[in-house]
Amino acid sequence: MRCRFGDTETHFGVLVLIQVMGMAQELHVLAVDDSLVDRKVIERLLKISCCKVTAVESGRRALQYLGLDGEKSSMGIDGLKVNLILTDYSMPGMTGYELLKKIKESSALSKIPVVIMSSEKILPRIDRCFLPRCLEEGAEEFLLKPVKLSDVKRLRDFILRGEGDDDKLTDKKIKEACSRKRKFQDDSTTQVTAHDIESSPESSASSESQQQKQSKIG
Amino acid sequence: MEVVQLQRSFVEYMDSLFREGFLDAQFSQLQQLQDDSNPDFVVEVVSLFFEDSERLLNDLTMALDQPNVDFKQVDAHVHQLKGSSSSVGAQRVKNCCIPFRNCCEEQNTEACLRCLQQIKQEYLLVKNKLQTLFDLEQQIVAAGGAIPMVQ
Repeated sequence: MRCRFGDTETHFGVLVLIQVMGMAQELHVLAVDDSLVDRKVIERLLKISCCKVTAVESGRRALQYLGLDGEKSSMGIDGLKVNLILTDYSMPGMTGYELLKKIKESSALSKIPVVIMSSEKILPRIDRCFLPRCLEEGAEEFLLKPVKLSDVKRLRDFILRGEGDDDKLTDKKIKEACSRKRKFQDDSTTQVTAHDIESSPESSASSESQQQKQSKIG
Repeated sequence: MEVVQLQRSFVEYMDSLFREGFLDAQFSQLQQLQDDSNPDFVVEVVSLFFEDSERLLNDLTMALDQPNVDFKQVDAHVHQLKGSSSSVGAQRVKNCCIPFRNCCEEQNTEACLRCLQQIKQEYLLVKNKLQTLFDLEQQIVAAGGAIPMVQ
């Protein structure tokens, strides 16, 4: 597969290395976005980053695809295991936040990493501090739209590193929890509750530090 | 026309679109996603953007024409338009959406109508420009040349 990028050789070098280490995997990403334009772009971004993509237009469709009505696996209805769910935040019907909650509530699906995309960091009209809420609810990461190729590559590498070794992923998550103040099931010392976010005077500071972190990543 | 001349025109035209703010870095990003296996990617995305925008502009016209304007609905349409214009790099269209949303919040129909007028103008402008750009590309390819990569 030809990719016209400056770091082509590095890109393929990394792929080869991963294969040699026996972790060869093409990630299957379920992308959820109500915008046809955005679905097309994200699909291309993911394919160019060597991911299999299933793109759906709503949270409802996503849950249907994941077989949330009793299937005990993270297989899509076509039998392909889903390694990552990438969802838009603002969607009619079910928001990305609501989808995230449903996924994390499901024993079959809660282990799948979920990443939220949005064109805005704060939606003051709808949802104060929605970003901390998403991270608190277990979202892996937040991407500011329009999503760039570098964002997707970074995500992909992160997910690939975690896929082969669950313990390593937990350690990594715990380390990140300390710096990002996200709530994880295994680490109660870094819990940030909804009450803390909404009522404390530091709530704007914490959402600001999230923003700073995001602008550092992006 | 000679291939080299066409290519030069293309580069100059593209430069002007960025300079005049019609397009931003996101459009360049889309161009980078195009390759021999997906040679029409940009045209395809932009075509979707045109369809989407025209639908939204129609919906906005109708929504603002109601005796009791549903500003939430208007805002939702503008939000969508902002999203898709941002995704293709149509900067001036995207920028028009911001004051539009403020007018929705203020529930000011007159102001919203002015914003709609402005967005329609900007949309038609960028549509025209992009179609000219794509025409140039086709001419270059027809003349046997390669489309220059513009950074």
